[in-house]
Amino acid sequence: MAATRVIACLDCDLLHHLGEVPEGGTALCQRCGGLLRKRPRNSLEHTLALALSAAILFLVANSFPFLSFAMKGRITETTVMTGIIDLYNGGKWQIAALVLLTIELAPVAQLTLLLYVLAPLRLGRVPWKLPHAFRMLRHAQSWSMIEVFMIGIIVAITKLMGMATIVPGLAIYAFGLLMLVLAGAMSSFDPESVWERVEALR
Amino acid sequence: MSEIAATAIAASCASCHDCGLLAQLPASSHAEACCPRCGAELHERKPRSLERTLALVIAAIVCYVPANLLPVMTVTSLGKTESDTIFSGVVYMLEHGMWPLAIVLFTASIFVPMMKLGLLSFLLISVHRRSSWRPVERTRMYRLTEAIGRWSMVDIYVVTILVALVRLGNLATIEAGAGAVFFGAVVVITMLAAESFDPRIIWDRSDMREP
Repeated sequence: MAATRVIACLDCDLLHHLGEVPEGGTALCQRCGGLLRKRPRNSLEHTLALALSAAILFLVANSFPFLSFAMKGRITETTVMTGIIDLYNGGKWQIAALVLLTIELAPVAQLTLLLYVLAPLRLGRVPWKLPHAFRMLRHAQSWSMIEVFMIGIIVAITKLMGMATIVPGLAIYAFGLLMLVLAGAMSSFDPESVWERVEALR
Repeated sequence: MSEIAATAIAASCASCHDCGLLAQLPASSHAEACCPRCGAELHERKPRSLERTLALVIAAIVCYVPANLLPVMTVTSLGKTESDTIFSGVVYMLEHGMWPLAIVLFTASIFVPMMKLGLLSFLLISVHRRSSWRPVERTRMYRLTEAIGRWSMVDIYVVTILVALVRLGNLATIEAGAGAVFFGAVVVITMLAAESFDPRIIWDRSDMREP
């Protein structure tokens, strides 16, 4: 591995000679302050562990109702999927598709791809079609919005509180944890160290 | 870390959009080049960045009007029907003393989309006029636009959850309105617009003015 590399800032194109960034360190562009390189501690292992826990939490969050609502003796329970199906049945397929993409498909893709890239590398193998997986991961990441959904849940609960009894379900806690774990996984994920590991293996 | 007084484009290099590797571009300027590390197509700048961003910003502004005028949800309770637009939803919260919620919804649904459209339009105009005004601050504006966009989705999720929870037949039902569809479109289109804008163009224009 070369001690110094030349890289360009992705925000302003200025060239930098970048030396080895220490673990836990960050390098910023001298001209515009853009992020050149962030190197989290034990990136691969941390991300892998967090992605695995996130996958389990995701399953829990989707298998149980996250809210039940009681009004005049009638109780309705909802999971994320029933919400999406209700929107679809109500004729608002565009919103149903958007929620399906941002709360179900993109997070599933994000977690699957993270595990797909990191697990083989941990075992010393280069995953098949790694560049494609990386490209898809970048897109999945920008459309996965679990944290925004969490705020949506809180707003909805507060709105309905005066109207009826709201009972938070198991899934709501799973969603809360998922939000934190997923944020942790993404902030410890460092594509550059993945590439370094790949180059060392080849 | 030491600085070289040059940009990648001046050294006829390009950063890979996908993996960030700095690669030398081939001498003939129109040949297609690929990243030696990940195989993605190399471009000095995002292709047709300004045209794409401008088209998407205009589309978002067009959708923004019905998003605010049409109801985002309709509440039917005991035969009474009430429609809420984004703005009346915030006002309702304020009137009922739920001001923390009113602030969250105002920020996510009114302030963030307006700020995004405002900032993107400003960046497009400043780049078009080849302005060299405060490139550092304008780059920061761009990063802000990119970071806050997703938070506007809050309202869409609130509608989804309310629709799913409140379906008690004649007692009370909530339905999503057409405004929500347009609002969702605004969020998606502005996210795509922010992604297609290339902040390095801000610097190209001011680099050219320097002697």
